[in-house]
Amino acid sequence: MADPSKYVTPEQQLYAEMLEKGMYLGLLLLLLTFLLYATGIVDPYIPLDKIADYWQQSADDYLHQAGIPDGWGWVGFLGYGDFLNFIPIALLAGVTIFSYLTIIPILLRQNDKVYALLAGIEVLILVLAASGLLKVGGH
Amino acid sequence: MRKKAWIILLILSVVFLLSSAISPAFAKDATEMMAEAAGDHAWWFWPLVLFVVTFVLGIFAVLGGVGGGVLYVPIISGFFPFHLDFVRGAGLLVALSGALAAGPGLLKSGLASLRLAIPVALIASTCAIAGAMIGLALPTYLVQIFLGLTIMGICVLMLTAKKAEYPDVPQSDKLSSVLRIYGVYYEDSSGKEVDWKVHRTPLGLVLFIGIGLMAGLFGLGAGWANVPVLNLVMGAPLKISVATSKFLLSITDTSAAWIYLNKGCVIPMMVVPSLVGIMLGSFVGVRLLKIAKPTFIRWMVIVILAFAGIKAFLKGIGI
Repeated sequence: MADPSKYVTPEQQLYAEMLEKGMYLGLLLLLLTFLLYATGIVDPYIPLDKIADYWQQSADDYLHQAGIPDGWGWVGFLGYGDFLNFIPIALLAGVTIFSYLTIIPILLRQNDKVYALLAGIEVLILVLAASGLLKVGGH
Repeated sequence: MRKKAWIILLILSVVFLLSSAISPAFAKDATEMMAEAAGDHAWWFWPLVLFVVTFVLGIFAVLGGVGGGVLYVPIISGFFPFHLDFVRGAGLLVALSGALAAGPGLLKSGLASLRLAIPVALIASTCAIAGAMIGLALPTYLVQIFLGLTIMGICVLMLTAKKAEYPDVPQSDKLSSVLRIYGVYYEDSSGKEVDWKVHRTPLGLVLFIGIGLMAGLFGLGAGWANVPVLNLVMGAPLKISVATSKFLLSITDTSAAWIYLNKGCVIPMMVVPSLVGIMLGSFVGVRLLKIAKPTFIRWMVIVILAFAGIKAFLKGIGI
């Protein structure tokens, strides 16, 4: 059996490690926050017996009727059990950005300017998507 | 022998579960179902059913060689009382989590190639954002229709697409040479090192525009399209294509997931049972993979997908 690390570049190894840590942390937190929410230890913003009224509607109607702001507005609701789950969800959706950021210095040290640039652009694109600046018209 | 019986029992129960999910009683008018969901069941009923069904989907996804997202979106949107917005949001997070779980191992083993993924991911993730924005702006019925057609197209692709273990790549193209997209991996089955390179990179990148758009539009994940393009068009070995495709989803789906998250399409009571269900199902699926008959399961997946595709299309046109 060959040593797999022989076939892996340093930046790929670092990316994998970063991704792994973020993934484990995200999944662990997701289970924990969901437990707090589903068991009622932390009260939800939308009562559990009312959820079914909302998930049948479009996202626009749901936000409007429940009085929830879009974008990062959920941060203001973190005291509620349901919105607590958004922390690990955001972490899982954000770990790729951190993984990219960690490899840019390595790529620059290797004078791999093209890939450093590509990684930098990817970070910008993902941050733009995450920022909430891209507004979508409702249907 | 006992093991075999257990497998048969499990498969039968899976068939039973899925067939009951597809039964006319389940496929009844959406409005009626919604009323029932809201009125007749305790709040935990649908999340529990969701957990059970996604657990089964997780097994099927592994045995059928498809991603969880491609099964999740058409089946859950077709037979559950959830709005398509939330199903797509959850579908993306399901596909994303699966990719995040598999990604580190695939990268560390050298089967997934970061060098191949970076340029491809840049195109696919940008287009996935556009796809998500288009999908959320279009009327739901139109997205349902396109989803149905796409799923039926995926069935055709699954039936017809060939795979090449080691595609013949006589010479790298200019772009892949400049980007140094090549590598070596260790092939366990032969105990040999395999050198690989790619060709037709510009065409591959153009095709990833469409793949990214569809991933964002339907929240499907896109392994079903990634693998044929990486393997058959660009000429990456099958193992490299499958592994890089899986890892690629962690980037493509991240960008689209943020658009859905910011638009309020994420309901934790749907996302968490789905995610846990599909992951546990995948673990069981991996164990069953050694003994199950993949051809039979693959056929079943195609039939279920086709049914879900037809259902999504009919729902879109109001039947």
